[in-house]
Amino acid sequence: MGEPYTPGFGQPFNAGEGQDVAKKNGNRMIVSQTKKIVAVRLSLFAAFLAFTFLIPSSIQAQDWVQTGSNLPVQKIRVAAADLKAASGDPQTGPMKSVFDQTLYNDLRYAGIFDVVSKSMIPNATPGSPSEINLANWAAQPSNAAYVAFGALAVSGGRVTVQAYLYDTHQQQSAQVLGKQYADNATVENTRQIAHRFADEIIERLGGTPGIAETKIYYVSEKSGSKEIWVMDYDGMNARQLTHLGTVSLSPRVSPDNSRIAFSSLGRNGWSIRMYSLDLGRLVAFPAWGGTTLSPAWSSDGTKLAFSSARSGDPDIYVCDASGNNAHRITAFRGPDVSPTWNPKSNAQIAWVSGRTKLPQIYIMDADGANVSQMTDGGYASAPSWSPNGQFLTFAWNRRYGPGAPGGEDIYIMNIATRAWVQLTHDAGMNDAPSWSPDGRHIVFQRENGGRSEIWMMLTDGTDQQQLTHGGGNSQPNWSWK
Amino acid sequence: MQLKNRKSLALTASLAAMLTIAGCHKKNPAPPPPPAPTEAAPAPTATITASPDTIDAGGQSTLTWQTTNATDVSIEGLGQVGAQGTQTVRPTQTTSYHLIAHGDGGSADATATVTIAAAAAPSAPSESNISEQEFEQQVKPVFFDYDSYDIRPDAQSAIQGAANFLNQHPNLKVVIGGYCDSRGSTEYNLALGENRANAAKQALVTAGVAPDRLRTVSYGKEKQFCTEQNEACWQQNRRAQFTLDQ
Repeated sequence: MGEPYTPGFGQPFNAGEGQDVAKKNGNRMIVSQTKKIVAVRLSLFAAFLAFTFLIPSSIQAQDWVQTGSNLPVQKIRVAAADLKAASGDPQTGPMKSVFDQTLYNDLRYAGIFDVVSKSMIPNATPGSPSEINLANWAAQPSNAAYVAFGALAVSGGRVTVQAYLYDTHQQQSAQVLGKQYADNATVENTRQIAHRFADEIIERLGGTPGIAETKIYYVSEKSGSKEIWVMDYDGMNARQLTHLGTVSLSPRVSPDNSRIAFSSLGRNGWSIRMYSLDLGRLVAFPAWGGTTLSPAWSSDGTKLAFSSARSGDPDIYVCDASGNNAHRITAFRGPDVSPTWNPKSNAQIAWVSGRTKLPQIYIMDADGANVSQMTDGGYASAPSWSPNGQFLTFAWNRRYGPGAPGGEDIYIMNIATRAWVQLTHDAGMNDAPSWSPDGRHIVFQRENGGRSEIWMMLTDGTDQQQLTHGGGNSQPNWSWK
Repeated sequence: MQLKNRKSLALTASLAAMLTIAGCHKKNPAPPPPPAPTEAAPAPTATITASPDTIDAGGQSTLTWQTTNATDVSIEGLGQVGAQGTQTVRPTQTTSYHLIAHGDGGSADATATVTIAAAAAPSAPSESNISEQEFEQQVKPVFFDYDSYDIRPDAQSAIQGAANFLNQHPNLKVVIGGYCDSRGSTEYNLALGENRANAAKQALVTAGVAPDRLRTVSYGKEKQFCTEQNEACWQQNRRAQFTLDQ
């Protein structure tokens, strides 16, 4: 069986600092095991009041994170056989390893599978349904509920992949998926084929579309100046989009993946620029004057929210996707910046305001009414709204102050209850989280002793993976599909 | 500078509500309105004069204003001012000073115009000779407290020095850069830097520098004067920096 689901640990809103349980991953396992013992003890000894205090709050947190983010209680045990090489072309081997590695990683990163380690799978590469012995895959130590397998051939400059997903416990109708993919024989195309097959598996077994074909837009200093870049969700295939030679920040891809709004420093200060992914160049977008920053798309692609100081003080504005009809929706003295829409309704906006000095996260209706403060202190910034509308993720330094070294961490908050969970612990400065379209993942930037790099994790804080390596990378924005 | 009292906040909120309604064309979007005063407040009054009301280029005029029953008094271009007062201005072109007084009983306004007499080109020192170095010696940066954009008392001499130099060189234009220390959010610091640059701009305008000579740019934490992680260094980075706008 797979490992038990390990919850992220959290506290209800306003919980005392003393409840800051299980900070490190190492502790997390211990607490998880302790919990079972405690449950037994509690039935025998009602006197363990300290534990009764501790456990219910983390169970509560576990429930809402799990239900809201589609993370399963029990992960599905899945094995991926290496593909069978079905051609003699010398490109076959390299492409096969790219496919095998990519599919394995995609299943591992998906957040819903317990993927059988390559060292525990049967020593076989079945190329077709007639070549697989499902009992071997169902048996120990593989113990897989499902197995992915198939064959890859290269011929005449084309790569062809036959790929299957089988239920190991079905005697008849074991086939869950049977797919054929073909494309020009390049390593990159083969990688994309693996992503497509992974997403088929994830959607079939997990119930919602996977993220293996999604992109992450971000800021990189690799070229010497901060420019907008894009990479696959797994950190591969990075390429530079803008070449402005100044400072470009805050990329936000449109919901149809056709444009990127971002902010850029020009001679007259900051303005919002628009890059067309279809045309591969910048396209016209109005410059209003006054520091104009941090664009955010509504999920229907018809509106942008942003921060502008055209009146002399930074406030939140909303305009059409074309940049027309800009109007101000906040009028607070001090910084107002970093808006994000509720993508479920587009009727609310969360943002960061310094109206009471240190920045806090607020929520308001999209017309500026019904303002409410979500965070209760410290330094809170960079909100991103979950796809299902239930949660915010943001960066928070709860002990921020002059001279305080301060760790800045990623949190998620249940908007209805304001309960929050801390997802990163003792790992430098974590900032700029962005939600994945499947709701199960968060991508963020981490600066831990060196330059900033981009990481991703599951919504409960587990499975943290570094995606970029070197050069200074920040402000990731996950594509909508 | 700060709008601390309850009435001002209530006023700000109702202004925000008005702006929101005007901007959005939607029904009923406003935050709850402030509680109405229980008895009718007296209407404010406002008067302003400029003496002399016509000056030569490079000359100065004194504004004198008086208001009653007002909780929030401002002069467009100069920002928030006291309920009454005088101030020396050195406009470079004919300028109307619009006094606005808001109070619980309504608002009132008045305008005084300072006309620049048609004159030969100003005989101020030749501006093209001002070097960046000379400018930087005369016009010092303004430093800020942590997470604040309020002009500190110890920054007044820098502001006054900058204003004097700019008033002596009326053709110079200036970029005011707002900078923040390296801690915290990239986007938030850009907004905070804008507030710092704008606070410095307003202080210069109050000291008589025409607003159209001053341009603000926020650098947030994107450009740093000092890169160590200690308070001395952070303080160096929390500043408004003046440079020639060329």
